[in-house]
Amino acid sequence: MAKVTFRIERCKGCRLCLNVCPKKIIAIDESVLNAKGYHPAGVTEPEKCIGCAFCATMCPDCVITVER
Amino acid sequence: MSIVFERPHALIDRPLHYCPGCTHGIIHRLVAEVLDELGIEGATVGVASVGCTYNSYEYFNCDMVQAAHGRAPAVATGIRRSLPDRTVFTYQGDGDLAAIGTAEIVHAATRGEKITTIFVNNAIYGMTSGQMAPTTLVGQVTTTTPFGRKPELHGYPIRVCEMLSTLEGTAYAERVAVNNVPNIKKAKAAIKRAFQVQQERKGFAIVEVLSICPTNWGMSPEKSLEWLGENMMEHYPLGVYKNVELTSDGAK
Amino acid sequence: MGEKILMKGNEVIAEAALRAGCRHYFGYPITPQTEVAHYMARKMEEIGGTFVQAESEVAAINMVYGAASAGVRAMTSSSSPGISLKQEGISYAAGAELPVVIIDIVRCGPGLGGILPAQCDYFQMVKGGGHGDYHNIVLAPQGVQEMYELVVDAFNLADKYRNPVVVMGDGYMGQMMEAVEFRDVERIERYDKPWAACGSEMKREHNTITSIYIEADVLEAHVNHLYEKYRLIEENEVRADVFNCDGADVIIAAYGTCARVTKNVIKDAAKMGIKVGLIRPVTLWPFPKKAFEQYASVPKGILTVEMSMGQMVEDVKLAVGGRNNVYFYGRTGGNVPAQKDILAEVVKIARGEGGDLR
Repeated sequence: MAKVTFRIERCKGCRLCLNVCPKKIIAIDESVLNAKGYHPAGVTEPEKCIGCAFCATMCPDCVITVER
Repeated sequence: MSIVFERPHALIDRPLHYCPGCTHGIIHRLVAEVLDELGIEGATVGVASVGCTYNSYEYFNCDMVQAAHGRAPAVATGIRRSLPDRTVFTYQGDGDLAAIGTAEIVHAATRGEKITTIFVNNAIYGMTSGQMAPTTLVGQVTTTTPFGRKPELHGYPIRVCEMLSTLEGTAYAERVAVNNVPNIKKAKAAIKRAFQVQQERKGFAIVEVLSICPTNWGMSPEKSLEWLGENMMEHYPLGVYKNVELTSDGAK
Repeated sequence: MGEKILMKGNEVIAEAALRAGCRHYFGYPITPQTEVAHYMARKMEEIGGTFVQAESEVAAINMVYGAASAGVRAMTSSSSPGISLKQEGISYAAGAELPVVIIDIVRCGPGLGGILPAQCDYFQMVKGGGHGDYHNIVLAPQGVQEMYELVVDAFNLADKYRNPVVVMGDGYMGQMMEAVEFRDVERIERYDKPWAACGSEMKREHNTITSIYIEADVLEAHVNHLYEKYRLIEENEVRADVFNCDGADVIIAAYGTCARVTKNVIKDAAKMGIKVGLIRPVTLWPFPKKAFEQYASVPKGILTVEMSMGQMVEDVKLAVGGRNNVYFYGRTGGNVPAQKDILAEVVKIARGEGGDLR
């Protein structure tokens, strides 16, 4: 059981977290525009998250908190 | 459930002004994580330099001093000599450290100043909008090498870790990269060691971090990470160039 | 107290700094101030202070910048070409409001010039030298005893106002030996530095030392704050030696070594029936404007004497404000205006025969 939380107002949509996810469950949410004007990243299938924190390690903006 | 990854305390909770995908954010976080893990945030003075990270004092929670272009190692020398019980680090880019501040970094190293330098090499001037850096690769297009860097016109890129490792005052020099998760973990270990070298007063310590500049390279952040791996690492091989034995090694 | 010691000016500078509590000196060799570094190298090692022979003048001033950021009393010393290199760091220190002390033992220029004494750094020290809107406090001793006193005062003023302070002498003052009496006990002031970047120990918000303000209004507010400080300094710290000016026919404006020569000119002129006064600025910035305003109507005019082609004379003219003639006499290249030559200028002016009217 793991949980990732994205602080979407800090996300710049750089996509660096997408490729490093071993479960490929991170995607850019084109339906959302944050205050900075970026489409933020988010988790598509939270139940598949293994809490590896690769996404958070790669994120330059400390958007992601990981619990496990 | 418990938290396994969150913002380190030594990194102020504030949006970073860097471009999307800029790996300065990762490197800032690694430094802050090390300050947290060593428990030295309150005993550390950082020196910000000139370039995109001129205001990194807005992000690091320790005391910070902003230095003139290239002068961070001299400023750090003044601080460290005044505060022998404190930890002092500089955070410098390639234009700052390897061009305008070459004299300062070489002499801080050869004096064996007990400081830690985080040297971010992204092979270009970022803040002034993409000019050739001393570390720009041969053939690389920048705003001042519009037809690519040509050795006969622009000279060759400087390998800082190799150069500084020839100096006796340098106790530790390692080149790392932040282009993928395993390398980021290695980068953090190197940064931590560079602070431990200072704590044990062994001499000057530098970690060169290969980094990206998507904006001025004209690539997406993802493509930039690939470019770093495919092009920069060939000229700038990762690895330890100088090392000393630490008391803390024996404790392991 | 009261014991007088014969010492060289440059060594007195170093000794004065040590007595003022300076334990961090960063320098680079250049004639004619290098004895400061020699003295510091020996003493700092003996007392456990910091002496660093930097790789350049640029590095030395930035080491001082770092040490001052950390909250300690720090100093560098140099001579004119070296001071040119330090101007970058001085501007940054002014912008970041750091209490740094800089000694300039002036030699003649421009360029590498020569190693002989001069006063041609007036512009670069008093008018800025570095970039931006700022002022150094500039102190100009006329001999070794005053050199000691002004170096101690420099540390006090630097801390009091968080501002660069320059003590500007010339090669004569650095090299000559004179009797000096150290009386530091009553002179040293101590200031708390809660702003220093010395490690928060997690007991306060982190401190930041910086000179960069990207937003126009924020930078303007910062510069306005600096100028409010400068106004206070102008109100409180002006010093001048006003001698023999009441009823004078001619007043000489001179500082440092030139002022010493002038004192003998005053005696010679008196024998000829000409009363000569002297206004000797001790603070070149803030400039003693009021002294010149007060004596602006001296009957025959004001003669400025400098070891330069005429730099301070511009400030004298500004202070006199067109109310009287301001003349100039100067030598350069390492030459000092001779007593007889200054006297000849005084006589010409007193007799209404003109002079180098500026």
